[in-house]
Amino acid sequence: MNLTLHVWRQKGPQAKGKLETYQAKNVSPDQSFLEMLDEVNDDLIKSGKDPIAFDHDCREGICGMCSQVINGRPHGHEERTTVCQLHMRQFNDGDEIFVEPWRAKAFPIQKDLIVDRSSLDAIMQSGGYTSCHTGGVPDGNTFPIPKPVADYAMDAAECIGCGACIAACPNSSAMLYTSAKVAQLAALPQGKPEARKRVKAMTEALLAEGFGNCTNHYECEAACPKGISVKFIAKLNREYLKSMMPSSLGE
Amino acid sequence: MILDGKAPTGPIETSWDRHRFDMKLVNPANKRKYKILVVGTGLAGGAAAASLGELGYNVEAFCYQDSPRRAHSIAAQGGINAAKNYPSDGDSVYRLFYDTVKGGDFRAREADVWRLAQVSNNIIDQCVAQGVPFARDYAGYLDNRSFGGAQVSRTFYARGQTGQQLLLGAYSALSRQIKNKTVKMFARREMLDLVVVDGVAKGIACRNLITGEIESYWGDAVILATGGFVNVFYLSTNAMGCSATAIWRASKKGAYMANPCYTQIHPTCIPQHGDKQSKLTLMSESLRNDGRVWVPKKAEDCDKHPNDIPAEDRDYYLERKYPSFGNLAPRDIASRAAKEQCDDGRGVGDTKRGVYLDFKTSIERVGQPMIAQRYGNLFEMYEKITDENGYERPMRIYPAPHYSMGGLWVDYHCMSNIPGLFVLGEANFSVHGANRLGASALMQGLADGYFVIPYTIAQYMASVKPGEITDEHPEFKKSVEDVKGEINKLLSIKGKKTVGELHRELGSVMWEDVGMARSEASLKHALQRIPEIREEFWKNVNVTGESGELNQQLENAWRLADFLEFAEIMTTDALHREESCGGHFRTEHQTDDGEAMRDDENFCYVGAWEFKGAGVKPELHKEPLKFENVKLAVRSYK
Repeated sequence: MNLTLHVWRQKGPQAKGKLETYQAKNVSPDQSFLEMLDEVNDDLIKSGKDPIAFDHDCREGICGMCSQVINGRPHGHEERTTVCQLHMRQFNDGDEIFVEPWRAKAFPIQKDLIVDRSSLDAIMQSGGYTSCHTGGVPDGNTFPIPKPVADYAMDAAECIGCGACIAACPNSSAMLYTSAKVAQLAALPQGKPEARKRVKAMTEALLAEGFGNCTNHYECEAACPKGISVKFIAKLNREYLKSMMPSSLGE
Repeated sequence: MILDGKAPTGPIETSWDRHRFDMKLVNPANKRKYKILVVGTGLAGGAAAASLGELGYNVEAFCYQDSPRRAHSIAAQGGINAAKNYPSDGDSVYRLFYDTVKGGDFRAREADVWRLAQVSNNIIDQCVAQGVPFARDYAGYLDNRSFGGAQVSRTFYARGQTGQQLLLGAYSALSRQIKNKTVKMFARREMLDLVVVDGVAKGIACRNLITGEIESYWGDAVILATGGFVNVFYLSTNAMGCSATAIWRASKKGAYMANPCYTQIHPTCIPQHGDKQSKLTLMSESLRNDGRVWVPKKAEDCDKHPNDIPAEDRDYYLERKYPSFGNLAPRDIASRAAKEQCDDGRGVGDTKRGVYLDFKTSIERVGQPMIAQRYGNLFEMYEKITDENGYERPMRIYPAPHYSMGGLWVDYHCMSNIPGLFVLGEANFSVHGANRLGASALMQGLADGYFVIPYTIAQYMASVKPGEITDEHPEFKKSVEDVKGEINKLLSIKGKKTVGELHRELGSVMWEDVGMARSEASLKHALQRIPEIREEFWKNVNVTGESGELNQQLENAWRLADFLEFAEIMTTDALHREESCGGHFRTEHQTDDGEAMRDDENFCYVGAWEFKGAGVKPELHKEPLKFENVKLAVRSYK
């Protein structure tokens, strides 16, 4: 099939960007979206032009590196799919496709479709861990964890940190991303000792990094390639509220 | 030269404990005076950086991705082995040690494997403490499964995303140290040179992938945890950015490359669909627990719909050849058998490089819902990529390059022959011998990072003065200038071929000639072709863009330039190793029924190669291997 692409091109962080139009010819339905872009890039290189810069790495939907808004939707229209796993059979001959970077204040554009997501790392650094030391921890079976709790924690832990939730949110909120970590650790006995401190620190960090607030649009869940549920945002809010209450220790 | 692995002697059961006591310590107040560089932040590098930072060293960590959470350890699906023996099914540290030595076809150092098996249990505890949501049973205890043909259930898992969860655990520990300012993180940096001063590793030069600036960093020790090199085949299950660059650049500065011919070709990957494909996707080999592998008996049936081929016309070749292990035969054996069928003209699919993995028997036995519960995500992934429903018609699979057992030579302390240069995880050669068992890669990465290097690096640190050599030393400036020179050279060629085209050419030579089955003729052919492609690369590659900007073509170009040199040493190693063992199969060395034939008399050693210049024959150094605890025996799975 043949397609017309309108791709965001921007030379650098300070440069002004614009959409440029390219033709993708003889695209195979078995190709992935990124493989289609590889070929467009090969053509650009051969005609002496600068190829489109885009983030990608594992190309199997788990590293969270790929990040493109396709026809207005982060990772494209197919549900629960990263761009690298989006295949061209999802498109039709003659389609016009718009390809843009994640757009959010906290994600400055570096070049073309590549953005800076270090703000997501900063949120994790503020408290997305248990403060256990290497070594000196008890046997893995010391604290039995009911299967439903382990499953709940795993549902939250599946987040790949791509940032699609933020790109999809009208407020550029990082609530789904943050809540997934808060909920995972708050559910587990290993994470409980620091739960109060964690939820406060991570919530403050997300605001400090320039992400917006949640106003319950649920666009994040719809865009999430791993289907992380907004129920974790409710959990974050509950944890936050709990942290505001005086504890029996008078914290 | 005969290399000394410096493994402790005496009873193996106490070797690591005795050795830990014998090693020197660094006083807590002195640790903060030392700086350690960690390159790569996957399981090995992330765990090492976090643990060393916590101990009090100043750590600077580097990764080429935009965040340390994205290293390719994340893609591991199946699980992680440990000798916990929670199911009480006969496992022990000794059995894990034994299985790993035997599975590696007796080409690993016994003491290193023992230590790995011993600390495997600590890893599980550590990950649980970090909040890794391992699978649990209804009583709330950790669940185990059997994996890759092991006869005990020792594999811990987190759905089909174990690697992701373990990496996020290491990333969380690393994040905590970054917050505590014991680790300084440099993302989007790729190491392009090792700085060696008076024969000792003292720093690195790397490129800032965003600004294009060439930077140098000094350290009292340098740790490489930069993963494997199977992207030398172009198509592999590795991430696009995985390369040999860091270890190869170290090799060019004098570090020995050990056993580069040991590469693992994983049997259950989705077959290639055409020549425009960029990578191959693996499906967990747990699928072989319920799937039966077959091809049509007659070549003329290969284009028929598989459901129209009656049972008597199907060749369930693994069950036929290996009646006791059947479809669960180890990876190297299952891969080679698939290639044999396709070479015999009985492959399936458009390219005829595929075999069927059929779930019909299991669906009839336990029902489709049970199969979906076990492998639903894999069936979904298969359908997404191939547009075929694996429940209704058999899946098509084919082997793909997956892991490198070979890597930089290290001694028992994970230190290379260059003092101060340590190598962890897939980047070193140490524990998997000639073939890695399933669920053992995650175990090694975390063992090296959490529980080995924090001890062994102290022995070295205690012998060096902190901050004696810094980036004021002229070697750093020279290193930066060398890297700049190479980058300018790449950008000035302005030829006709893209990096991708030349990488595909190299990949096809490596796959055909240095792939699953290697012969003297094929290896000699490769040794003729590789320099030709390398020459063409340096004359005719077209790298667009400039040096002072984000330039992904340039990144691909230097990675390929390194593969074009590395490929030659890998092929040379394969040609010199006149035996078949594990992932290295020489067609000249097989039994009458096509099984691998090891030659313990002549090849029971680690082959470590010293770089002597591109196109110049490297020099071989040997480390003899002794087997005092596991008796050398033929590996049979019949």
